[in-house]
Amino acid sequence: MERLFLIFLAAFLINNILLIRFIALCSFFGVSTNFETSIGMSMAVVFVMTMASAVCWGVWRFVLEPMGVGEFLYIPAFILVIAALVQFVEMVIKKVSPTLFKAMGIYLPLITTNCAVLAAATESVKPGFWKLSLQYNYTLGESLVHTVGVALGYSLVIIMFAAMRERITIAPIPRSMRGFPISFIAAGLSSLAFLGFKGLFGI
Amino acid sequence: MQRSIWHDFKIGIIEENPLFGLMIGLCSALAVSTKVENAIFMSAAASFVLICSNILISMIRKLIFDEIRIPIFIVVIASFVTIVDLTMKAFFPVGYAALGVWIPLIVVNCIILGRAEAFAYTHGVVRSIADGIGMSLGYTFVLLAMAIVRELGGTGEIVAFNATLISLKGFNPPQLLQSFPGAFLTFGLLMGLLRKIQGRAQ
Repeated sequence: MERLFLIFLAAFLINNILLIRFIALCSFFGVSTNFETSIGMSMAVVFVMTMASAVCWGVWRFVLEPMGVGEFLYIPAFILVIAALVQFVEMVIKKVSPTLFKAMGIYLPLITTNCAVLAAATESVKPGFWKLSLQYNYTLGESLVHTVGVALGYSLVIIMFAAMRERITIAPIPRSMRGFPISFIAAGLSSLAFLGFKGLFGI
Repeated sequence: MQRSIWHDFKIGIIEENPLFGLMIGLCSALAVSTKVENAIFMSAAASFVLICSNILISMIRKLIFDEIRIPIFIVVIASFVTIVDLTMKAFFPVGYAALGVWIPLIVVNCIILGRAEAFAYTHGVVRSIADGIGMSLGYTFVLLAMAIVRELGGTGEIVAFNATLISLKGFNPPQLLQSFPGAFLTFGLLMGLLRKIQGRAQ
């Protein structure tokens, strides 16, 4: 239980995927312009990321590793899993809940190219993916906890940042810094704040 | 009006620079720009994948069905990324270790899929090569600029391939520039500066 909690916390705050590891910044800056879209995007990411990790865990453990081809086939295999999954999720949601489908809009297909999904799925199954010294080798349960942590960390930052950007647009800022440049400065300061979590509980 | 190949080439460098203009492919650029050496490795790897996938996709574009084009693009890109991944692991283990996850993550780099979708899929081979080279140069320039600012500002010297290129004596470097927040700050400030210069030029 304690191990699961530490895995979650490490993924959620200490190694926050956006501000500390720089993964998935394109969707971060593209989507966080308003509050509602960022909530829609983070819901979609939590959902797809968790499913992708579970499927990739199975693909690695039962197909790639026993056949000894993991090292050079994992990139195409995982990205195909994710692309197929996104397509599948899109069809299911469209069928089951058209309202939710409408709310998510373009964010569902966009998730295919969201590096966070590939990174989270790969790092929880392939040993030494994130840092060569870190051997994850998680069990399915640990891998799921890790992924949910990563996805919630993404949601936390993207929603927080959307709120911040709505305020920034009405702030008096030099003309050449308006828009993206000031957003990057704000992200830099938030990242500085997140660095403060480093070393929490010795992680 | 038919745009010239020269136009396809140069648009990626300034007007539609993937990082400052289109705002895509940011993650890798911010993460690897701590050292000039890493920036060189990363831009070489990304340029190779971008140009090769542009060539292959524009060659086979008439055979691709519209409905399944994204999976096909991704398979093409993933194959080239695997080539780069294993080649770097074999011949440049130091660079490979420094770049870490960013080599496999080229497969989801938005620049490459974005150009496949927006350009290579609708244009011929020669123009796709021009587009690929232009976009690669645009990416490389920004990455190098960021890396020079961050390495020189953060450590006081630039060390690439076991040689010290520049060394500032008596300069107490602010280590912030080397850390994660420094990447965001450098990028934001560089972008603001560029806009200021462009605004003045217009």
